[in-house]
Amino acid sequence: MAVGQNVLRKEGVEKLTGAARYIDDIALEGMLYGKTIRSPLARGLIKSISFDTDFDWSPITVCDWRDIPGENFVALIENDQPLLVARDVRHAEEPILLIAAESRTLVEEAASRIRIEYEELTPVLSIEESLDCREIIYGDDNVFKRFLIARGEVDEGINQGDLIIEGCYRVPHQEQLYIEPQGMIAIPTDTGMTVLGSMQCPYYVHKALKQLFNLSDEQAVVIQTMTGGGFGGKEEYPSMIACHAALLAHKAQRPVKIIYDRAEDIAATTKRHPGVIRHRTAVTRDGRLTASEIDIVLDGGAYVTLTPVVLSRAAIHALGPYRCENVRITARAVATNTPPNGAFRGFGAPQVAFAYEMQMEKIALRLGIDPLELRRINMLKEGDITATGQQLRWSVGSEDVLNAAVERSHFREKQEAIQIERASGDSRKRRGVGLSFFFHGAGFTGSGEAKMKARAGIEITDQGRARVLSSSTEIGQGTQTIFCQIVADELGIGFDDVEIEETDTSRVPDSGPTVASRTCMVVGRVIQLAAREIKEKIKRFAAELFGAPEIDLMEGRFVEGGKVLASFAEVAREYAAQNGKLKVESQYASPMGVEWDDDSYSGDAYPAFSWGAEVAEVEVDMDTFEVSVLKITTAQDIGRAIHPLLAAGQIEGGTLQAVGYGLTEELVWDQGRIVNRMLTNYIIPTSMDAPDMETVIVEKEYPHGPFGAKGVGELPMDGAAPAIAAAVLNATGAFVSEIPVTPERLMMIHEGTRRESNED
Amino acid sequence: MSGNSTAHSPRSLDEAYEILSHTAAKVIAGGTDLMVLMNARQLDAEEFLDIWRIDELRGIADEGDALRIGALATYTDLIRSPIIQKYAPALVAASRMVGAVQIQNRGTLGGNIVNASPAGDSLPVLAAYDAELEIGSRRGLRRLDFNQFYTGYRRTALEADELVVSVRVPKLKADERDFFCKVGTRRAQAISKTVMAVKAKTENEILEWIRVGVGSVAPTVVRAYKTESLLAGRAITADLVEQARQSISLEVSPITDLRSTEHYRRRVTGNVLARFLREVIDSDGAGI
Ligand SMILES: Cc1cc2nc3c(=O)[nH]c(=O)nc-3n(C[C@H](O)[C@H](O)[C@H](O)COP(=O)(O)OP(=O)(O)OC[C@H]3O[C@@H](n4cnc5c(N)ncnc54)[C@H](O)[C@@H]3O)c2cc1C
Repeated sequence: MAVGQNVLRKEGVEKLTGAARYIDDIALEGMLYGKTIRSPLARGLIKSISFDTDFDWSPITVCDWRDIPGENFVALIENDQPLLVARDVRHAEEPILLIAAESRTLVEEAASRIRIEYEELTPVLSIEESLDCREIIYGDDNVFKRFLIARGEVDEGINQGDLIIEGCYRVPHQEQLYIEPQGMIAIPTDTGMTVLGSMQCPYYVHKALKQLFNLSDEQAVVIQTMTGGGFGGKEEYPSMIACHAALLAHKAQRPVKIIYDRAEDIAATTKRHPGVIRHRTAVTRDGRLTASEIDIVLDGGAYVTLTPVVLSRAAIHALGPYRCENVRITARAVATNTPPNGAFRGFGAPQVAFAYEMQMEKIALRLGIDPLELRRINMLKEGDITATGQQLRWSVGSEDVLNAAVERSHFREKQEAIQIERASGDSRKRRGVGLSFFFHGAGFTGSGEAKMKARAGIEITDQGRARVLSSSTEIGQGTQTIFCQIVADELGIGFDDVEIEETDTSRVPDSGPTVASRTCMVVGRVIQLAAREIKEKIKRFAAELFGAPEIDLMEGRFVEGGKVLASFAEVAREYAAQNGKLKVESQYASPMGVEWDDDSYSGDAYPAFSWGAEVAEVEVDMDTFEVSVLKITTAQDIGRAIHPLLAAGQIEGGTLQAVGYGLTEELVWDQGRIVNRMLTNYIIPTSMDAPDMETVIVEKEYPHGPFGAKGVGELPMDGAAPAIAAAVLNATGAFVSEIPVTPERLMMIHEGTRRESNED
Repeated sequence: MSGNSTAHSPRSLDEAYEILSHTAAKVIAGGTDLMVLMNARQLDAEEFLDIWRIDELRGIADEGDALRIGALATYTDLIRSPIIQKYAPALVAASRMVGAVQIQNRGTLGGNIVNASPAGDSLPVLAAYDAELEIGSRRGLRRLDFNQFYTGYRRTALEADELVVSVRVPKLKADERDFFCKVGTRRAQAISKTVMAVKAKTENEILEWIRVGVGSVAPTVVRAYKTESLLAGRAITADLVEQARQSISLEVSPITDLRSTEHYRRRVTGNVLARFLREVIDSDGAGI
């Protein structure tokens, strides 16, 4: 069996030996280097563009919006984002011109010879400025999208409660910070355009390219090169770069490469949506939630892009993994003159998770109930109903993860030890322990998967090996490896006899984007079904061939009654000789009874949720207000770990990314431009900042996932920020309602609390 | 760097002085500051003087009362040197906090000094140690107090044809102590928000004298002379710790920038000095 084993990664050796070729390692004959000329202004009108007449422009290819053959937009949800600004600049770093030349030096020189003049307009730079509508930059009221989730009777629920507790929480932008910056090469072909590059979703790029030049499915070809991380940052933005490179390539009739450096990548590409989340919760004295009103406002940036989908996930997760009969969740996304915010691991959930977990901490504090007890009283269990009215029918690991995290971390003992230490006097270094409990819907929201109908397939090669055909990308998380494991076990052949087709739209079907914790659960399932069908076909063939009706395929051999009749490869070759290539393509269908209503925003929001609980231990230096995270213990229910080591890697990496979200990662803005655009000043945790981590994988199998698996990609991003903030509360008494908990912010809260208690 | 840049790579100081006397070559040591500037296209030098192969600029020597540290000493050299460990422990502490291992292997003390960033982590140590610089050119050698080296934000007393040759630091005596504390943006690869080094002579709880160097709180690394004289000759009490805390908070002149706020820097600079003073009391067994 391969599933459940820590087999070697399919692309591991290539990466380890440096043989792997990333987009910037590729150079083609006659290739030009492209560069994007961007606006320094957040909002304005272009008055004039001038090119220095003392400079020789003949070797330079220049494109502006007039070079776009069709309509000027990046194909996505609303098609409102232009590829190149014609006149109206709506955010800083917005692309205006594209230039290309034979060397990077020449292209930089040319860039410095272009002058663009603007008429400045007053920009809208924050959620507050957008809501006050003094400047209207979108629609009538700057609101991109609204959602309402309503269940039960909130007024009644409030009457049933003994206490109403309010909280307002703020969450910041966050940069994905994949190690490999964005990059693409476009190659004009006789029939159309081929694009290679670093990306998560080849078919998004394919769609954008087709629309740009009005190409057929076959004329546009998109190939993913080895990709050094994505985290959502390479979901939608690569379409923009691909179209830019393609425009230049089309005009120059030569291959064009565009690679962003770190500064351009941080300044211009998407970020996690910042937000303001308000909670108003009615509770009984014994800690039961009787009503919950939640208002979410996310900052979408200057264009719609993926914001409605992010907002939807935020709204659905806003109550957290808790039971409450009376709920009203209102969600809005507003426009600002900042670069569009987009996909980032968690996709709206980490934002609301910080808010709902800190609200639980606040309730516990007010009621004088232990925070763990409060979670136990209200947690969702199998059979319970969520805010959207979804009954949790299967794979509910809520209690298991909470118990595992509490036991493994010795949460109770730690709490007591800290209390004793505290009683023995004031120390300049204070320890604290905090807890978080969270869930994450796997796959697309609502009817998304039913509409997407993900496709994937398997073909048997001439050598008699199985080859997986899917556009799900390997972005470091292990897609290729787990797909091969699933096929090996379902088909009954060895892991080494399964290979992966290149992620090239001319060779693989559209499996949907590599996002939303859906690759293993949804596409893995489709691949499993394809493997099942292949097995049926080849077994039937072998049964006839050998006149052995009871024949079975196990570990690469056809056997009957304990006797080996032939190898899989032999039979596969014979099959091909007689019937032609054996190839099967399958398609995703939602499990029976999973239903969603888009109009009332109710029903089964996700086929399954993954569950997590986390305990953070911190030490706060009361002289410098620095928070050190000493240890994080986390238990996560992911259905089934196809590859336990890779799954643990996802959990640890996501957790560390969330440590950065909670403690250090913050953008500094000046007039709508990001100032800290380097690794020196955009502060992600280093290995020295990484806490000890203990990871417990809980496996509550999901009946409709491959071998019981559901999602793991995003869940780990949800839990660390609130667990750390809870631990800081435990350590210092400072209630943090805004992340990141920088020393500066913690010092201000501490001074505020001290002043308050002095006044009392 | 454009394609047509040149680099000289002499083996001796004399050759280097000669090149500096008639060219505008930019000196490059470990390159850990310069390469960042080049990458950001913020360095318009076309000609470079690579001093990495000049052995005269290496070495750490015991000269009796003082240690002589060659300008090319890397942080790793400092961390590993038994005499630095013994006689200049704060310099080891500072070196350990610079960047991470790769930078410690390549970055030099001379580079940190001449780069003249107010956030250079070795600089408060040299300030508190009252270090002396040996500066050379074809015109000869001269000596300059480290505390007179900086003339303004990123400006130094170094002439265009001069090199920093070595740094001389007095050895820590048995009845003296030193201290180093960096408050950065994270545990490694961090630029300081405030960084302090202290050297002091204590007897029981009396501070005979104290020298405090602070970085990242003014246009250059600074000495907190006022606070030093407030403390000199006094017994450390809880009240004095509080006075010193406030004094140094007011004495420094930090700004709000990308990394931190003025308020935080003032307050935490005070807290860090208070930490040192409490440590003195604690180690003398008094407790406060
Ligand atoms: C990732 C990273 C992390 C870093 N972290 C830190 C940190 O934590 N703390 C910190 O203080 N610094 C840090 N730095 C900055 C840098 O590493 C140090 O300032 C280092 O000491 C510079 O030494 P160098 O030999 O590399 O200098 P170079 O880059 O070679 O030179 C720096 C400057 O000094 C001049 N120069 C060098 N040597 C001499 C000499 N002998 N005589 C005359 N002029 C000379 C050069 O002309 C140049 O102007 C970091 C840098 C990087 C890239």
